[in-house]
Amino acid sequence: MAARKLKKQRLAVAKTYKIYIDGKFPRTESGRYFTLEDGKGAILANVCRGSRKDFRNAVVAARKAQPGWAKASAYLRGQILYRIAEMLEGRSAQFVDELVSQGNTRRQAKREVEASIDRLIYFAGWADKYQQVFSAVNPVASSHFNFSVLEPMGVISIIAPEDSGLIGLISNIAPAIVGGNTCVVLASERQPLCAVSFAEVLHASDVPPGVINILTGLREELTEHFASHMDVNAVAYCDGGRKVAATVQDLAADNIKRVISRRRKDWLSDKTADPYLIRDTQEVKTTWHPIGT
Amino acid sequence: MATPENKLAFEGGWSYDPAPESTDHIRVKKRYGLFIGGDFVAPEKGRYFDTINPASEEKLARVAAADAADVDKAVKAARKAYSGAWGRMKAKERGKYIYRIARIMQERAREFAAIESLDGGKPIRESRDVDVPLAAAHFFYYAGWADKLEYAFPGRRARPLGVAGQVIPWNFPLLMAAWKLAPALACGNTAVLKPAETTPLTAMKLAEVIADADLPPGVVNIVTGAGETGAAVVTHPGVDKVAFTGSTNVGRIIQKALAGTNKKYTLELGGKAANIIFADAAIDQAVEGIVNGIFFNQGHVCCAGSRLFVQESVADQVIQKLKDRMETLIVGDPMDKNTDIGAINSSMQLEKIQSYLEIGQQEGGTMYQSSCPVPEQGYWCRPTIFTGVSQSNRVVQEEIFGPVLAIQTFRTFSEAVSKANNTPYGLSGGVWTDKGAKIFKITQSMRAGVVWANTFNKFDPTSPFGGYKESGVGREGGLHGLGAYVRLGT
Repeated sequence: MAARKLKKQRLAVAKTYKIYIDGKFPRTESGRYFTLEDGKGAILANVCRGSRKDFRNAVVAARKAQPGWAKASAYLRGQILYRIAEMLEGRSAQFVDELVSQGNTRRQAKREVEASIDRLIYFAGWADKYQQVFSAVNPVASSHFNFSVLEPMGVISIIAPEDSGLIGLISNIAPAIVGGNTCVVLASERQPLCAVSFAEVLHASDVPPGVINILTGLREELTEHFASHMDVNAVAYCDGGRKVAATVQDLAADNIKRVISRRRKDWLSDKTADPYLIRDTQEVKTTWHPIGT
Repeated sequence: MATPENKLAFEGGWSYDPAPESTDHIRVKKRYGLFIGGDFVAPEKGRYFDTINPASEEKLARVAAADAADVDKAVKAARKAYSGAWGRMKAKERGKYIYRIARIMQERAREFAAIESLDGGKPIRESRDVDVPLAAAHFFYYAGWADKLEYAFPGRRARPLGVAGQVIPWNFPLLMAAWKLAPALACGNTAVLKPAETTPLTAMKLAEVIADADLPPGVVNIVTGAGETGAAVVTHPGVDKVAFTGSTNVGRIIQKALAGTNKKYTLELGGKAANIIFADAAIDQAVEGIVNGIFFNQGHVCCAGSRLFVQESVADQVIQKLKDRMETLIVGDPMDKNTDIGAINSSMQLEKIQSYLEIGQQEGGTMYQSSCPVPEQGYWCRPTIFTGVSQSNRVVQEEIFGPVLAIQTFRTFSEAVSKANNTPYGLSGGVWTDKGAKIFKITQSMRAGVVWANTFNKFDPTSPFGGYKESGVGREGGLHGLGAYVRLGT
């Protein structure tokens, strides 16, 4: 009977959901997976259960990409973010379907995808403006020209929000990269599919390899590595109680990592997005130079 | 190379008469209690410790050793002031109180400078011209922010955090107190400040100024003591914000201790700054910059230019000129106005510096010290340079916090940058060249929070200060320094 059905109906080709490191889509080096099911118990995907080694590979890629990305002009970074939004807009139906398959209503899913596109546009616009808002020329008393500008912190590890598979992910990635940082992101564990599909969008958006690296896997297992890695400059996390906060902050201290806590935010709301999210991943550099007398 | 023409003509008949700063105008009590709730109070357990003059090893005063119970009292006094008079006060009135502190400090500047040099060992010229005026300027600068905070954070509303617990080091005792207290108070917080155990006296004089300025009781509380006192301040559950300046190791311990609490924190930690001299620099000015970079305040400076990188073609010339200049530096009595390099702050610090001199030589470095005489009594270290060292040497990698410079050479721009950035620290850096484009390129390439181009070790209340990487978290000074003491809401 199945064979007869096949004659009439085309067999769908399921996607293998892989991780995204250095502009490539490898499987996890560990060969492990976890199974994602829909609400009715049907298998949606065997998702890569990323490992510490995957994370470390991703950090190497992010570190390598960072100086070049920071050197790209603000105008170019803005256009690339805008390009990501364009690509996402074109593929929005796929993202809506994925969100629905992961337990959202179609209305919710549509709203989340639209908000995600708009969020990218929002941060694209900040690319060549946040510096002007947060920089300063400092009127020192001595005969020096003194100014303070923002510079990217470097490599940011991001543990994306668990309960919003797309808008939470994008709201954390966009402000980090628009300011010249590169990042390694751990996707939502319950809703990882959009993160992988978003990596495909990135891949088609002129984002240089290594600027954004996306892993899927178990938080329980990977959180400590995101917090402790000695070549990561800042760690952002979005969920968990006091215990998770304590673990992240404790391990982050090993290399005086900056810790960015973004818990209990309503990522769908436009009010959540502001340039202070960019500011969170920036250092202030102050330069002095004598003024001739 | 040194020639008779370019050698500094300081030899031959020049000698300096003593020019001591008098101490008859200063008032130091025999014993200091803790400054809690607007009064000087005895510590609960009645324990005191001596603070000594590192130049003479003589006792200056006895100072209270605060324990956890004393710190608790101080935090409660600060909380009371925060939820009471200070918290309710109009911002502009708050600002006027802070202005008062600045003004009284200026009036008593000479006394502050003398006590700072007596207690800490730094040359009177520096405490008189740098520490005290800058401390007063900090209060003056931040006083004006008190009623203007809405303009500092576009689109957000800034609210105070509550009680700030602040732990400061011994290298700039009064100045660090000002760096901590001025922005905290301007933003509407109250504070518990813990000075370093070897340099508590100017903090106690500051307590007098705060009392004279008639600040409401408990707005500023000062608890003296050693590391345990600091730990009690940092870990007290009633403290909402921690500000620490000190070593990276202690900073790491503090960051870990605060894990899982909701306390905000800023950390100003260690450094190992690169000072880069390109062949096209104005060499004589660069040599002055090297001297100022590493020998200012005996090298007890977290942003000291302790790693020198000289472009190979001028290395011999620069090193010779540096040696000549080092010969002119006077090491000795901090109270003498001719003194360039004062006393090492404590016997402990002197031991640490001496151990690095040993290590540097054991690792194969060539050590050179100037020949100037040093007093018999007290803690002293002659200006010291190491040549023939490499990136992996401990004197190149580790913060010595003394007048010890590690010199390396480079050939290309990119070699200079990669060597300069090859450190877990990232507090400051310096570059010397006459090419403008090169300055911008290298200052952008250096991973450090403060970069001095054709100058070094300059500070100002309006200028943000703080490190990248393991040199700390957050900024102090300027508009950016306000962020550490506010919660941003809508």
